[in-house]
Amino acid sequence: MATLKEVQSKISSVKKTKQITSAMKMVATSRLRGAQNAMEAFKPYASKFAEVLGSIAGKSGEDASPLLVPREEVKKVAVLLCTSDRGLCGGFNINLIEKAEKLIQNELEGKEVSLVCFGKKGRDWAKKTPTPIDDAVIGVMGGRIEFNIASTSGQALIDSFLTGAVDEVYLIYSEFQSMATQVPTLKQILPIPSLSDMVEEEAEAPADGEFLPEHICEPSSDALLGEMLPKNVFIQIYDALLQTTTSEHAARMRAMENATKACEDMVEELQTIFNKTRQAGITADLMDIVGGAEALKG
Amino acid sequence: MAEKLFLEVVTPQKAIVSEEAEIVVAPGSEGEFGALKGHTTFLTSLKTGPMRYKDATGKERVLFINGGFCEVLPDKVTVLAESAERRADIDVARAMEAKERAEQRIAQKQADIDLVRAEASLRRALYRLKIAETK
Repeated sequence: MATLKEVQSKISSVKKTKQITSAMKMVATSRLRGAQNAMEAFKPYASKFAEVLGSIAGKSGEDASPLLVPREEVKKVAVLLCTSDRGLCGGFNINLIEKAEKLIQNELEGKEVSLVCFGKKGRDWAKKTPTPIDDAVIGVMGGRIEFNIASTSGQALIDSFLTGAVDEVYLIYSEFQSMATQVPTLKQILPIPSLSDMVEEEAEAPADGEFLPEHICEPSSDALLGEMLPKNVFIQIYDALLQTTTSEHAARMRAMENATKACEDMVEELQTIFNKTRQAGITADLMDIVGGAEALKG
Repeated sequence: MAEKLFLEVVTPQKAIVSEEAEIVVAPGSEGEFGALKGHTTFLTSLKTGPMRYKDATGKERVLFINGGFCEVLPDKVTVLAESAERRADIDVARAMEAKERAEQRIAQKQADIDLVRAEASLRRALYRLKIAETK
């Protein structure tokens, strides 16, 4: 049986761990609030953009932009993987990486895959795989994300799509559904899935039956569409980054909450052992004294 | 007093303006345009530059707009800008820095892509400074 001193030092070390985990939980909670606000602030822009895009997309043909045209033969694929920079957030990164792993092994088997990594965890994983890393963005996930980060890497992807360096681009990110559920999600961003689907999917914003009037467009509607489509790609990437960051904080909050609870349980258990050990010591001492007294009497 | 239309300026980061305005003047890609209530529906891309509007009290306000789109409806103007700032929110020191950096890059004349980016950045900085100066 452990000595009193050992148990005591174990208790204080577990208590210290608990302090750290509960502090991390509080930090994650406040960061989560910030990330959620950023997501909320982005919504009006995204939905208005989708509405405007929907209203001009209807007027343009499928060949309005080269970004819409699927390649006949898909050889090279780029996968944009969003993860977090930091750990201690439960299975968050592992789930995202598994999703990427499965995609590369199954759907994209036999194709040349390259990765663009947002977040350190994804990059560290990618380094260990034979898949080449095209680009890695470290130090932005988890904090305040600027739109130009999404547009810079989005532009790079669009450029390599247009030059034929890649034939398809996928996006893997963590969809923030609620505080308790964050789902790793796969989305194709290039070539842009057909316009009519996109309009249906994204034009939820305007109320039912609302009539979107015909616009006078300047420059022509095709030119406008050509300008808006790349931006739509940036918006999707930005949205993915925001959602991943929000999910990361939510996942960390939960992980830290669980860790804090586990610490509490452990302290309780150790306290019982401590008490028992202490009691055993006292009993032994008493026995000694009583035995000694009896001997003296004798 | 003219009738008012509703002006909204949103960026990916936040909504900058959401209020009534008498007249809105914005830098369209084919030239600056003004919109009053009853304007026909109109959609255009925007250039970098100043956007002006008169708010409900008739006071003229100036914003810096960097690229994006503008949708004009008879009673509403929506600006989707990549970035936008009210005149009071412009960071003059940062704009000065950006201007100097861009000028240096242009002076060095590196690869073409850098030049295009440096010019765009210089344009943004100059407009920011110009707007910040006007009273």
